[in-house]
Amino acid sequence: MLKRVHFPASILPYLLVAPQVIVTLIFFIWPASQAVYQSFLIEDAFGLSTEFVWFENFTYLWDDSHYRSSFGRTIFFSACVAFLSMAFALILAGFADRVIRGSTVYRTLLIWPYAVAPVLAGALFLFMFNPTIGIFPFILEKIGYGWNHYLNGGQAMFLVIIAAAWKQVAYNFLFYLAAMQSIPRSITEAAAIDGAGPIRRFATIIFPLISPTTFFLLVINATYAFFETFGIIHAVTQGGPANSTTTLVYKVYNDGFVGLDLGGSAAQSVILMILVIGMTVIQFRFIEKRVQY
Amino acid sequence: MVENRPFLAILSHLILILGVAMVALPVWITFVGASHEAERMLQTPIPMWPGDQFFVNLKQTFWGSGLTGTSIAPVWMMMFNSLLMALMIAFGKIAISLLSAFAIVYFKFPFRMGFFWMIFITLMLPVEVRILPTFEVVADLGMLNSYWGLTIPLIASATATFMFRQVFLTIPDEMLESARIDGAGPMRFFWDILIPLSRTNIAALFVILFIYGWNQYLWPLLITTDADMSTIVVSIKQMLEAAEQSPEWNIIMMIALLAMVPPIFVVIAMQKLFVQGLTETDK
Repeated sequence: MLKRVHFPASILPYLLVAPQVIVTLIFFIWPASQAVYQSFLIEDAFGLSTEFVWFENFTYLWDDSHYRSSFGRTIFFSACVAFLSMAFALILAGFADRVIRGSTVYRTLLIWPYAVAPVLAGALFLFMFNPTIGIFPFILEKIGYGWNHYLNGGQAMFLVIIAAAWKQVAYNFLFYLAAMQSIPRSITEAAAIDGAGPIRRFATIIFPLISPTTFFLLVINATYAFFETFGIIHAVTQGGPANSTTTLVYKVYNDGFVGLDLGGSAAQSVILMILVIGMTVIQFRFIEKRVQY
Repeated sequence: MVENRPFLAILSHLILILGVAMVALPVWITFVGASHEAERMLQTPIPMWPGDQFFVNLKQTFWGSGLTGTSIAPVWMMMFNSLLMALMIAFGKIAISLLSAFAIVYFKFPFRMGFFWMIFITLMLPVEVRILPTFEVVADLGMLNSYWGLTIPLIASATATFMFRQVFLTIPDEMLESARIDGAGPMRFFWDILIPLSRTNIAALFVILFIYGWNQYLWPLLITTDADMSTIVVSIKQMLEAAEQSPEWNIIMMIALLAMVPPIFVVIAMQKLFVQGLTETDK
């Protein structure tokens, strides 16, 4: 933590940490404590008086079927995004690892979607799946399948999932490829001499050896799908049709800024904070230890 | 490669090319959409091959204000706002993290660990989970519709502080000992030894933070009600809403293209630093 050789205490270290600590206090700690405080309050319809109600906002959320279904929907959404983008990235990384020449070229060609903002990814997919002019609804029409994600909740969900997964493939690919390239060649060569084919080697050697990366990416992808996909949902579906794509973060925004339900929105923020803390703890505790063999 | 299987080598390339094509398809369609006239983009099926209007659309979009009938700022102005926001966030985060990591690693002072944990907590409070109270704080401070309001609430970053702490801990103690023998004070040591030694880490982090800043969406959406302060990434949503009345898809796709080209260019041009930054900040 501290260097063996260090400078003595003076006013200087306080000045050095001051900028970060001040920003943290004003824009992180204070708003977060405000959120916790507001989550115990209920404001009347005109915003004239507030009442301290302990956990009523939370019990209300617990009983609210909209909130519970939004919770389940967020978990479903995150699981689909994580699985799709990780599976796609794993397959591509597996083949890129085999290629002798050009694996860096493929890496360049595959990592740039990381730089596309989620809301732009949403806009791109919205254009491709636009019911009137989009290219995919046109093709689907030809084979007799009607596409309109403005009316069909399942299709809307599908659309936000693939838009979110598309953007994340780059990140997963980068980490999978790096993990595979760090496996010593002697191990795979020994297996090949023993007669294991490429598929067998992948299933019994490469995949188990990169399982720490898989676990790490699982946490990262879940965090991404929970908290960073607001832009995609806001651009593509606005949570609709009929709340079928309202995730937890979208609901905090919608109830707070559109519905102006301060207490309810704050209570949802507090629940999200608890979720983030849980994910951060998992990330630090388990990833430091790694999956052991 | 372990063994010689020509068929598998060809298959690998085929699948990778297919994968690249699938990943690139949305951007290809956007590019094609941006290169046709507005009328052509209303007939199904929409074209899959670029037209000849790309530079006409580019000129019209970049200097004009996007769609006819929308009240948004000129596109060049929004790109300037995005650039300024991204640079301010990147420089701000790096500056305050370098200073606080330096204090925590090289000084022994009361409440050192208290400050460390206070910074650590910010890792658990992404802006999405505390938007409403943070918005209220910024509004009370009168920072709505300003570059300060756009950037300062985003510049505290535990990840950057951790990364620099990690970097500083790997620098041998002898560096400080010899610097002190030569009579260097703390700030002299910081400027002349620590900063030059962590140069590549700073550059790698800068690439990541530039992309992070440029792609901010929810925060600018709330903070900028004034059209002149809007960023290009935020404007795309207004474009999509306007598209329901005046579907000028060629212009919308051009704006989407302009919004994603700068960060993509940064990733490709500085690929090595980008990869380094990504793997360092997430561990």
